[in-house]
Amino acid sequence: MAEQIVAGPTAAAFAAATEAARDAGPTALPAFAHAADAGPMLEAEELARHFDVSRPLLQRLFAGEARRILRAVDGVSFSIPKGTTLSLVGESGCGKSTVARLVVGLYPPTRGRVIFDGQDLAQARADSAQRRRMQMIFQDPYASLNPRWRVQDIIAEPIRAFGLVTDRGAQRDRVAQLLTQVGLSPLDGEKFPHEFSGGQRQRISIARALSSNPEFLVCDEPTSALDVSVQAQILNLMKALQRDLGLTYLFISHNLAVVRQISDRIGVMYLGRIAELAPAETLFTAPRHPYTRALMEAIPDLDMTGRKRIPVGGEVPSPISPPPGCPFHPRCPLANERCRAEVPALLPARGTPESVVACHAVEEGRDHIEAPLAVAAALS
Amino acid sequence: MAAQSALARAFDSDLWWSFKRSPVTVVSAIVALACILGAVLAPWIAPHNPFDLASLNLIDAFKPPAWTGDGDATYPLGTDDQGRDVLSAIMYGARVSLLVGICAVLFATILGIAIGLVAGYVGGTVDSVLMRIADIQLTFPSILIALLIDGIVRAALPREVHDRVALFVVIFAIGISAWPAFARTVRGSTLVERNKEYVLAARVIGVSPLRIMASHVLPNVLGPVLVIATLGLGGAILTEATLSFLGVGVPPTQPSLGTLIRIGNDFLFSGEWWITIFPGVALIAMVLSVNLLGDWLRDALNPKLR
Repeated sequence: MAEQIVAGPTAAAFAAATEAARDAGPTALPAFAHAADAGPMLEAEELARHFDVSRPLLQRLFAGEARRILRAVDGVSFSIPKGTTLSLVGESGCGKSTVARLVVGLYPPTRGRVIFDGQDLAQARADSAQRRRMQMIFQDPYASLNPRWRVQDIIAEPIRAFGLVTDRGAQRDRVAQLLTQVGLSPLDGEKFPHEFSGGQRQRISIARALSSNPEFLVCDEPTSALDVSVQAQILNLMKALQRDLGLTYLFISHNLAVVRQISDRIGVMYLGRIAELAPAETLFTAPRHPYTRALMEAIPDLDMTGRKRIPVGGEVPSPISPPPGCPFHPRCPLANERCRAEVPALLPARGTPESVVACHAVEEGRDHIEAPLAVAAALS
Repeated sequence: MAAQSALARAFDSDLWWSFKRSPVTVVSAIVALACILGAVLAPWIAPHNPFDLASLNLIDAFKPPAWTGDGDATYPLGTDDQGRDVLSAIMYGARVSLLVGICAVLFATILGIAIGLVAGYVGGTVDSVLMRIADIQLTFPSILIALLIDGIVRAALPREVHDRVALFVVIFAIGISAWPAFARTVRGSTLVERNKEYVLAARVIGVSPLRIMASHVLPNVLGPVLVIATLGLGGAILTEATLSFLGVGVPPTQPSLGTLIRIGNDFLFSGEWWITIFPGVALIAMVLSVNLLGDWLRDALNPKLR
C-alpha cells in the first residue's frame, strides 16, 4: 500500500497539553474559565481527512503509478470551550477549510473523530435537535446564497427544515427580527441576493445561520472576500452576537489581524497539522513555533517603518508527498536530524506553558526567544 | 398586484429588450405563434373538416390553389386526391405534429433532468453508469431508435391496438432518443452547483438530497434546459415528419404534416404540386421559426454574449 500514515501527536500528549492550557486559563481567558466546567462545545481528536486524487484506474495502470493520496488534514486535535472562539490560521492549502467541513460533518473523517457537546458527531448529525445547534458561515458571499431565492426564504430555510416555527406569519416575524439583528431592514426580505453588496450578503448568511438558534458556529473565512472596512463591521457584528447569544465559534482565516480581533485561542496550521495552539495574546506577544514567528514577522506594523521586510521563504510542500518528520523542516532554520526524521508532538512550551507547540527545537530549548528572529532571515 | 408586477418585470427584463432588438426573432416568434394558433384552433377556424367523410366529395379532388385559373375560393390551397382541403389538412396535421413534438420533448426533458440531476449530484459509480448509458444511447441515430421501437411494437401488438397506441409509441421513441442531451447538460450544471456554498449550507442544515436537488439545484440549471428544449422541439417535429413520411409514424387516421407530404409526394410528378408543397412549407416555417427562437434564447441567456 502506497499510503503511509505518519503517526501524529498522541491523544495523551494532547490531553496533557490541554490540561496545561486550562490551568493557565483563568488570568488570560476569563470567558474560557467561566465556561470550562460545562465541558467543551466541540472536540477534535486526531482528526484526519485524506482525499484520493489518483488518476482513473486505467490511466494509472498504464502509467504504472501508485495511488495519490492528498493528506489535507493529518492528525489535528483541539477543543473549544463553550462561549469561546478558536481560530485556525494558516496559508492556503494547509487544511483549515477541510477542518471546518469535517467539524460540521460535510466530510466524514478518514481517521479520528469529532465530539460535539459530548456526543459523537455522526450521532449528533443524525438527530435534528442536535444538528440545529451547529451552523456554518461561508467564505464567498456571492456563492453562499441561492440566487433564485428571496432573502426571506433563504433565512427561513433552517427554520422550515427544523420545523422551529410552522406558522407563516410567525416565520415572517422571525425573519424580520433576524434581519434587524444583523443590521438589515426587515423590508430586505422581499429582495433577491443580487440586490445586495458583499457585506450585506454576509449579514444575510449570518442571519440564516442564526435562524435555527445555534450554539456553535463554524465560520470559514467569513471576511476574506470583503473590503477591510466591511470586514471590521462583520467582525464586530459577530463579536456582539457572541456576547449576546453566548455563541461558540470555530473561526477559519488566513488573516492574522482578523484573528487577533476575534479569538480567545488560536491554532496555527501547517500542512494539515497544528503547529502551535495558544491563547490569542500569547501567540502574538510570545510566538514559539518557528513558523508562527515567521508569520508574525510578516505582519506590517508601525514600529517596523523603514526596516527591511524579510519575507517567509520557500514554498509549502505538497500535501500529496509531505516531507518526513516535522512538515516545516525544509523551511525551518532550527531544523536538525531529529526534525527530519521524527514528527514532533504538541507539547506545552517551556516558558509559555499555555501554548502548546509541535516543535523539537522548542521542546529541547534550541529556540532563542530573545533573539528577534534570525529565523526569518534564514528562511529567505 | 403580484401578477401585475410580474408582468411589468417581464417587460422590463433583459430578455424582453434583446427580443425587441432582433427583428429576425420577432418575425420568427410571429410565425411560430401563427403556426401554434392555427394548429390549436384548427377545429374552430379551419374552413373544412378534412376528416368528416360525409362532407368530402370526390368531384372536388385535385382542385388547384384558389389563385390559379381552375381554382375554387372555398379551397384556398387546393384539394388532394380525396377532395380534402389542403389548408384544413395542414392545420389539422400541424396539430398532430406539434402534439407529438411537444410531448416528446417534455418526456425527454423530464427524463433527462431527473437522470442528469441524480448523476451530477450523487456522482461516483451512479454517475459513471448513467453517463455511459447516455453515451451508448447517443451512438444510435434517433431515427434508428424510433424505427426499432416502432417495429417491435408493430410486431408485438395487433393492428387495431397498434393504431390506437401509435401516437404514444412515436412520442416515446422520439423522447427516448433525445434525453441524453438534457441529461448531459443538467449533469454539467449540477456538478458546478452542488459545490456552491448555498448547497453546502443546506447540507449543513440536513436538508435531504432530493429536496436539495429539487429546490436548490434544479432552478439554477433550468436556463440551458429551456434552450435545448426549444431547439429540440424543431428536431422532434422533423423526426416525427420523417417517420410519418416513411410510413411508420402516426396512424393514417391522424395524418401529421409528414403524412401529408408523403401522400402529396405520389402526385408531385403528375402536376398536382400543391398537395405536397404546402404541407412542406408549413413544416419548414414551423421548424425554422422554433429553431430561430431557440438560437435567440441561447444567445440571450448566455452571459458571455451580452
